[in-house]
Amino acid sequence: MYPASFEYYAPTSVSEALALMAKNADARLLAGGHSLLPAMKLRLATPPTLIDIGKIKDLTGINDLGDKVSLGALTTHCQVERSALLKSVCPLLPEVASHIGDRQVRNRGTIGGSIAHADPAADYPAALLALGAVIEAQGSGGKRNLNADDLFTGLFQTALNANEIVTAVHVPKTDGAGNGVAYAKFPHPASRYAIAGVAVWVKIENDSVANIRIGVTGAADHAQRAKKAEAALQGKPMTDENIAGSANVAADGLSTMGDIFASADYRAHLVNTLALQALNQAHARAHGWH
Amino acid sequence: MGVLGQSIKRREDPRLITGEAKFLDDIQLPGLVHAAILRSPFAHAKIKSINTDQAKAYPGVIGVFTGKDFMDLNPLPCAWAAGGVKNNLNTPRCLEPDRVTHTGMGVAVVVAQDRYIAEDALALIQVDWEPLPVVTDAKKATEPGAPQLHENAPNNIECEWECGDAAATQAALDGADVVIKQTLINQRLIPNSMETRGCAAQYNPASEEYTVWMTSQAPHVMRLLMTAFVFGIPETKMRVISPQVGGGFGTKIYLYPEYVLMAALSKKIGCPVKWSETRRENYIATTHGRDHITDIEIGVNKDGALMGLHVKTYANMGGILSTIAPGIPTTLYGRLLSGPYKIPHIYCHVSNVYTNTAMVDAYRGAGRPEATYVLERAMDLVANELGMDPTAVRRKNFIPSDEFPYTPADNILAGLTYDSGNYTLTLDKALDMLDYTGFRQEQEQARKKDKYLGVGFSSYIELCGVAPSAWIGLPGQGWGAGLWESANIRMHLTGKVVVTTGSQNHGQGHETTMAQIVADQLGIPVEDVLVEHSDTAGAPFGYGSYGSRSGAVGGVAVYRAAERIKEKAKRLAAHMLEANVQDLVYQDGKVMVKGTPAASKTIQEIALASAVGYSLPEGMEPFLDETSYYDPPNCTYPFGTHICVVEVDKHTGSTRILRYVAVDDVGNVINPMIVDGQVHGGIAQGAAQALYEGAVYDDNGTLVSGSLMDYAVPTAHMLPSYETARTVTPSPVNPLGVKGAGETGTIASTPAVVNAVLDALKPFGVKHLDMPLTPEKVWRAMNSNGGKA
Amino acid sequence: MKVTMRVNGQTREADIEPRWLLVHVLREKMGLTGTNVGCDTSQCGACTVLMDGMAVKSCNVLAVQADGADITTIEGLKTDGAYHPVQQAFWDNHGLQCGFCTPGMIMTSIDLLREHDNPSDDTIRRGLEGNLCRCTGYENIVRSVRDAADKM
Repeated sequence: MYPASFEYYAPTSVSEALALMAKNADARLLAGGHSLLPAMKLRLATPPTLIDIGKIKDLTGINDLGDKVSLGALTTHCQVERSALLKSVCPLLPEVASHIGDRQVRNRGTIGGSIAHADPAADYPAALLALGAVIEAQGSGGKRNLNADDLFTGLFQTALNANEIVTAVHVPKTDGAGNGVAYAKFPHPASRYAIAGVAVWVKIENDSVANIRIGVTGAADHAQRAKKAEAALQGKPMTDENIAGSANVAADGLSTMGDIFASADYRAHLVNTLALQALNQAHARAHGWH
Repeated sequence: MGVLGQSIKRREDPRLITGEAKFLDDIQLPGLVHAAILRSPFAHAKIKSINTDQAKAYPGVIGVFTGKDFMDLNPLPCAWAAGGVKNNLNTPRCLEPDRVTHTGMGVAVVVAQDRYIAEDALALIQVDWEPLPVVTDAKKATEPGAPQLHENAPNNIECEWECGDAAATQAALDGADVVIKQTLINQRLIPNSMETRGCAAQYNPASEEYTVWMTSQAPHVMRLLMTAFVFGIPETKMRVISPQVGGGFGTKIYLYPEYVLMAALSKKIGCPVKWSETRRENYIATTHGRDHITDIEIGVNKDGALMGLHVKTYANMGGILSTIAPGIPTTLYGRLLSGPYKIPHIYCHVSNVYTNTAMVDAYRGAGRPEATYVLERAMDLVANELGMDPTAVRRKNFIPSDEFPYTPADNILAGLTYDSGNYTLTLDKALDMLDYTGFRQEQEQARKKDKYLGVGFSSYIELCGVAPSAWIGLPGQGWGAGLWESANIRMHLTGKVVVTTGSQNHGQGHETTMAQIVADQLGIPVEDVLVEHSDTAGAPFGYGSYGSRSGAVGGVAVYRAAERIKEKAKRLAAHMLEANVQDLVYQDGKVMVKGTPAASKTIQEIALASAVGYSLPEGMEPFLDETSYYDPPNCTYPFGTHICVVEVDKHTGSTRILRYVAVDDVGNVINPMIVDGQVHGGIAQGAAQALYEGAVYDDNGTLVSGSLMDYAVPTAHMLPSYETARTVTPSPVNPLGVKGAGETGTIASTPAVVNAVLDALKPFGVKHLDMPLTPEKVWRAMNSNGGKA
Repeated sequence: MKVTMRVNGQTREADIEPRWLLVHVLREKMGLTGTNVGCDTSQCGACTVLMDGMAVKSCNVLAVQADGADITTIEGLKTDGAYHPVQQAFWDNHGLQCGFCTPGMIMTSIDLLREHDNPSDDTIRRGLEGNLCRCTGYENIVRSVRDAADKM
């Protein structure tokens, strides 16, 4: 409940933040603080330096970029949840945001912080994978884009370099005809994190699946795509049978984790169950049924 | 006036809804410094040495102390050894000097300018530990070869206790048509009052007096235990104050090491000091609840008549004893095992066992939820075995309403009798509210659609108003003290009243309900009554609030003090009216001559006359000031029936409570709104045990469910809306006719929810599952048969 | 370092170490002890305050992060001596017992009602999932919020 001491900096620009990071190798970045501060309060994390990027204006805002939407890294979960633009053109993201933590957490937590923290049970990663989002990061060498597919690499591990800051997230618009998205989550009853969560984006053309992406979080040490389940539906009509066939292999290839609340086997079962729910719902939405 | 029985709004709320209430951690004193405690990371270990040099040198640190610094203080007392048997008592010290027997025991303390600095310095203390082998399971701890925790407790047995008649019960089981055996695990719970514990202390060197503020449900008892047993000083040298207390559920009854430590520190360092428990500390250093492993054998005839009940329970005490730990699974559990049923023979054997886990003591309901769980699971196992409706088995065995006062078999209640009851009435009313027939049809239809609904029943009795000193205090029962309650009423010159009660309000609303009793008795506006409590200075000794005793014992003390005020008022009025006292009646706040209402004096006029005191009858002392020390002749026995309806999701194993019907009989009701609130909260806590909560230790004795991130205290959307109703069977034990309402919900709800889930799982051939009924456990049970319903 | 914030309509300053949590600064440096601390993992919500109009858990915000912010605590809700409708509703509906979670419950409810002027029971229950109460079983808290919604 009482964090250890640290040096504190509150830069107002990304370049200033990068300069501070260069000078303080052990520094941690602080955005909303809803992943880092809980660890610091229990002294599980004792960074000697905190660089508070929460005051960098350039990292805010949700912007329509034509075929995609850009979200500044400091966009809070609640801003995503309530964004009229996102609700209309990329509804998966607000839906997923509404499942994160609780109301107060959503008021403070940021998408950039969630991505950089890479909690294996966070909600956003499933959506970013399903959407094929692009994460924009800036380091001393300049900006680069990372595909969500390449971003999450292990337990609290990402492909981000230590000296990089997540600056923005780009998500595609999924509002065209035949698109359907859904997120199904089984929350931990205490922490509200995902025991398992499955996000789906499907595009149906001529009654067949033209494109499908399924992101799974919570079950393994990092969020991953359920590629076997995707392959099971790709190019096929979304019949009950095909959907069930896909859902049944959603957990294949995942090294699911176990804990006192849910064993690895049960988590795998949940992934399949949630995949079925999410696929059915995405299918229905693709047809505009609801 | 009729203020008794009215749902008047609570008088304590304005300070609570505005943030003006002062909880323990809100206490600020000039020169206040802050303490943080180094706690054992090991569940069982010797302390070889502790080096505090670096911590002492840390800027802002005022002092660092270890157990060796407090060897002049006695260990904390155990105030309730199990009755009639040898107890192998082991209790903690304010800091452990040599050895720890559970994670979280304090071994050193840092006092610093602020808590941040104190926490920094904790990390600089070096302890050389010698870890010892660990056992956390109560049954395993008694087996040969298990690690031994205490020299005086071979096989980790704190005591072996029994009640009932072993031979008669065995004969009854032998003669029964069917005997059902089942092991039932009543899992360990973490109580989680929203306010954690804390203590602040100040020592006055001139008067040699301590003032100690603590989060206590029983401040007078704390003072007694601290002064007489630990410090060896007169009670007059300590004042204990409970400020606003944010829930307790039992955990704040006890004397804890930190309270002794803060008082001792305040003298040692010469300035006021405060310790406020973090939630993480709360999980390892505050008492847990339940944790029973029980084997039952119940004998029953084919018509459903119960013949005998044999119960063997291993009760986990934790690594060392909390203040009243041994009494809970014995007197408050074994003696309740007849429940609302006529059972011809009962025998219960309890082994209280030390393990390397946090202390276990009373948690809301305290023994009675465990007893009710045993019985209500047993009723459903019987119904299942005999193919009877669960309501029919209960109905068949209820104690008939014309058999009160009822004495349970084989003297298991040690001389007491159930006061009054009408058990069928609550069952019938609950069934009506539910529409039982309709539900069974709905359940049948749902099953056809692969949807699984279940209904669970729980008919219970409680033992409330824990008191009769001649019962609880008998050497055979182990408490060794009375459990009466005090009340003082002073009526000031203006007619305003101050009531002082030995009960302790930590959320129950005593400041409102006690005022209602007084206002009703004296016929004055409730606004004119101020209720004070929780400060040993200037208040008569009282035993505090737990065991749903504040209404049935503390409230009655208030009632009797008011009666005495009325008697004196009548005598004074006789003088004022120049009438015979026999001709006077007290009515609506006035003393009047029978049949001549015009000849009357208001209580306010009488109070004025009494306070100014210049014209009093011969020998009468001035002022209306009366005290009662009330010791009831019996406990009270609330009862009721709760019904839970659930839906279990076949795909995930998740359970959702669809409806919850509660019909309780708590005797007469002082404030229905408050009773309803108590029932709601109790149901939530009991349902949480059934579905969500459970403390889990690993083999090293580390609490795996060590925070609110892991331990699922339910949030609003995890619980249903409750449908509550009452029947009223007044208690003949006390003049208010009240029974007690603080724990009924918790006692009743756990088996109701478990029985409902198991009813839903009936098509899958599942007869029993141990709590908590987590989704995975339920899903596995549904799929153990290949998922075939 | 020095932080300045507007707290319950007044400009307040505190000189603190950067590691101090907002809740500790409110309670110990500004004397506003109405905001309670119930846990150390940001689960219980007892410490909820409004920061720039949004409900936040003040145990999970560094005071330096709140530099320049507008903070409302439970002590700042009464206007002209009258209770805020949510305070009044909690009193009227017995929405509290021990009262420890109450300040946080009230602050979150205000945030919730700002978004939903006529919430369903389910919306209320979901909206309060960041606040734990151990006394009421939530029944009367839900009633309180609904009653406040009706009156606001």
